[in-house]
Amino acid sequence: MKVKVLIMPRKGLLDPEGRAVKEMLLEEGFPVREVKVGKVVELEVEETADVKTIAEKYLVNPLVEEYQIE
Amino acid sequence: MKFAVCVFPGSNCDYDTYYVLRDLLGQEVSFVDYQRRSLQGFDCVVIPGGFSFGDYLRAGVLASKTPLGQALVDFAQKGGLILGICNGFQVLTELHLLPGALLKNRDLNFLCTDVYLRVENNSLPFTRSFEKGEVIRLPIAHGEGRYYVPEEELRRMEERGQVVLRYCSQEGKVEEAFNPNGSVGNVAGVCNREGNVFGLMPHPERACEDLLGYRDGILLWHSLIT
Repeated sequence: MKVKVLIMPRKGLLDPEGRAVKEMLLEEGFPVREVKVGKVVELEVEETADVKTIAEKYLVNPLVEEYQIE
Repeated sequence: MKFAVCVFPGSNCDYDTYYVLRDLLGQEVSFVDYQRRSLQGFDCVVIPGGFSFGDYLRAGVLASKTPLGQALVDFAQKGGLILGICNGFQVLTELHLLPGALLKNRDLNFLCTDVYLRVENNSLPFTRSFEKGEVIRLPIAHGEGRYYVPEEELRRMEERGQVVLRYCSQEGKVEEAFNPNGSVGNVAGVCNREGNVFGLMPHPERACEDLLGYRDGILLWHSLIT
């Protein structure tokens, strides 16, 4: 099965990439309130794979990132 | 002193470190490969700068999951001295041998410049040749050097003397204007509670000869060997 792990900077932490993209979009005239830039890790795994452990132990740094499994 | 210099795929300050230790300071030094499982027999292990595993996923994380990563944890638990420079600092936070994380610089620039640093703790094996409060000049070269820990953790680290170096002005003023990358509390280098593991973003190995324009870095190596 295919699983996506969506990783975002933790709320309240400075996200300079998001800020830079937001400033660019505002300059281009788009009414944008907030932009956050994260990353997606797409995995193809067996049904038995413990994706939560994969995410928490390897893919995500919980001190600075939040994640969602899709 | 018997030194080891870690070599991960993508390490690129390994030879600079080796050169300083062997050619300038006459120490016994060996490269250790990332697949190695033990660091027994060494007194001090240096994790050099570079881009281990291409900085993929997060800087330092893939290096931290190698056999050498586990060997570093074992070595630290036995009280061995570990110095992590730049990417080495990132590896140490990913190993949880040091608190915090290193994030993309505040202004997204790769910073390649000189900085002034104030020595906040000179009681470590890595810093005892410095004066407390001394201002030194070292080069930085990083894209992900914004040190982060939650504020209350930073306070506790300060109380315990774990904040070792801070970015400052030439006169030693620690202010936001002299913070190159947005690190909390202008932090440039921290140690663990026990004081045997030290990580810093600046490059002391690049500042050891007048030919290169500065030599404040030599005092760090000097601290270790005297």
